[in-house]
Amino acid sequence: MISRRTLLGTAGLAAAAVPPARAHAAEMPGVTDKSIKIGNTNPHSGPASAYGAIANAEAAFFKMVNDQGGIGGRMIEYISRDDAYSPPKTVEQTRRLVEQDGVAFILNGLGTACQTAVRPYMNARKVPQLFVATGADKWGDPAHFPWTMGWQPSYRTEAAIYGKYVLRERPQAKIGVLYQNDDFGKDYLIGLKDGLGDAYAKMVVKEVSYETTDPTIDSQAVSLQAAGADTLVTAATPKWAAQMIRKVADLNWKPLHFISNVSLSVGSVIRPAGVEKAVGVITAAYGKDNTDPQWANDRGMAQWRAFMAKYMPGADINDANHVYAYGVATTLVQVLKQCGNDLSRGNIMKQAASLKDLEIPTLLPGIRVTTSATNFHPIRAMQLQRWNGKAWELFGAVIAV
Amino acid sequence: MVGLLHQTLSGLATGGVYASLALALVMVHRSTHHLNFAQGEMATFSTYIALMLIQAGLPYWVAFALTVVIAFALGVAVERLLMQRMARASPLAVVGVVIGLLLLFNGLSGWLFGFTIKQFPSPFEGNGGGGAFGGMVSDHEVGMTAVTIAVLIAMSLFFRMTKLGLAMRAAALNPESSRLLGIRVGATLAAGWGVAAGLGAIAGMMVAPIVFLDPNMMAGVLLYAFAGALLGGIDNPAGAVAGGFAVGVIENLGGAYLVGTELKLTLALVIIATVLVVRPAGLFGHVTVRRV
Repeated sequence: MISRRTLLGTAGLAAAAVPPARAHAAEMPGVTDKSIKIGNTNPHSGPASAYGAIANAEAAFFKMVNDQGGIGGRMIEYISRDDAYSPPKTVEQTRRLVEQDGVAFILNGLGTACQTAVRPYMNARKVPQLFVATGADKWGDPAHFPWTMGWQPSYRTEAAIYGKYVLRERPQAKIGVLYQNDDFGKDYLIGLKDGLGDAYAKMVVKEVSYETTDPTIDSQAVSLQAAGADTLVTAATPKWAAQMIRKVADLNWKPLHFISNVSLSVGSVIRPAGVEKAVGVITAAYGKDNTDPQWANDRGMAQWRAFMAKYMPGADINDANHVYAYGVATTLVQVLKQCGNDLSRGNIMKQAASLKDLEIPTLLPGIRVTTSATNFHPIRAMQLQRWNGKAWELFGAVIAV
Repeated sequence: MVGLLHQTLSGLATGGVYASLALALVMVHRSTHHLNFAQGEMATFSTYIALMLIQAGLPYWVAFALTVVIAFALGVAVERLLMQRMARASPLAVVGVVIGLLLLFNGLSGWLFGFTIKQFPSPFEGNGGGGAFGGMVSDHEVGMTAVTIAVLIAMSLFFRMTKLGLAMRAAALNPESSRLLGIRVGATLAAGWGVAAGLGAIAGMMVAPIVFLDPNMMAGVLLYAFAGALLGGIDNPAGAVAGGFAVGVIENLGGAYLVGTELKLTLALVIIATVLVVRPAGLFGHVTVRRV
């Protein structure tokens, strides 16, 4: 009996073997028995070209995966195209990737405006737009955009974490908010409302915005101080965050100061503002800082360093973009492994939305990747860190929302 | 009440930034009768040169002087190589060329020096002074205002008392007659661009410690500086400086008490439009009457 069944099964497989090979090509675009084609858009030129490092590191990572035998015997073919951080070019390059290069999906396309421009196209064509490289909250909207998913904690998640922390540690706080007057800044207002709940109306004493055309934010700083705020949330990009840190110090105002995670760079924010003036400033982190000596003997970071030494010799190991790319690519490998032999676009999306407590070597201990059919925000926890004059120092427990 | 005072003081400090660039705008208008939209980007570019010189180990004021000289040469070169050819072109063509210059210098700054913000040293900080008015106005802002006023006085004397200054005004106002009087119009126009570029460099070096140095440093400042220059009178240096300070204060008070921070820039544009409609010559400008 057993042998007959086995035989029948084998015969069935054999009979099905020819047509499925064709069906593969139709149902699994970008995938053959030997390869998986993955597309990406990144600014390899222009003002934001520093982010190009992410795509370079991802290419190197997939080379490592291929050297280790690929995924289920399939080699990854990763194509990153330059969009110069310009949405019209993103549209052009994304269409080229999907229609001419015939990729299975797009991974980690970068830039909020750029990725917003291609989101309707990707969803209309039902091509996965996986792990978008921006912190906007809108990437986790499976009800409207089931083919789009973010990766890092959104600005809204981050702000909710600040709100939760303040509510717990300083329930009497008077909060002032400085925010950039666009989607980025407004996500922080929404997140703070998430974190503070009903206390928002009582605790937030003043919200002021700035435009990216404003030469300085001095007037805003004065307004917030005059409103009596003793806690300050600065939802700002580097230039204005640096100005705010300096102005707060110059005013001799000593609020509990949170600055957005996008402005945690020592080189482009803390140092221009003044390392002394920034002492006490708080921000949230989700990944390990590759310049922080506390991870010198960390197992996860040792893996990353080994990868850098072998596959990106000569690249700047102080560049956090390389760590970021390693985390994203590791997550993707898990998704593809979960897919097994069914690498159809539908299943790729389904598996991306079925990650359970995935540990990523470059994320802070206790922060894991989890997704579901209704949760398209893979990372929803962060830990606070304080600038001590020399480095960012993690404190407290991981806060999840 | 304290808030109002603080906003006013902080507005004066920001106004100083606008005033220094407004002054440079007036100078180029006075000596060439052009509005140089690339003024801000040329200033930013010069500021990068200053930073390079300082990082190479030169003392601040030596680097400062050297940068002004280099910027002067740059201004002269732009006039000789480019603007001179546009002498008989229509005003629109001239605008096109200066906007091209704007893009060129902006791109050059980013390409050569990178897009991340850089700290620029101030000669007025670190002397132990904790700023004026309880940190409302920093030492640097006090120093910058002094520099702007010194430049203003120097320029007024230059245009009134020196032969070259008078020649420049004449050449800009009436090239034909000037030529007949023996003024070398081409050379004075080039010198005018040089002086304006030098002033822009000074403004850049004064502004950079406040807003941090990046290729787009002057983009926002330039708009407010235009508003200041037009408010005070595009042909009156003292008026432009006063206009710059006024725009700083109006913007702060308007932003904090009237229209909200979202409409601060709009307020500056409304100022420009209103002045152009009601009093085209500006508050302190000369009203020109032309016989037709």
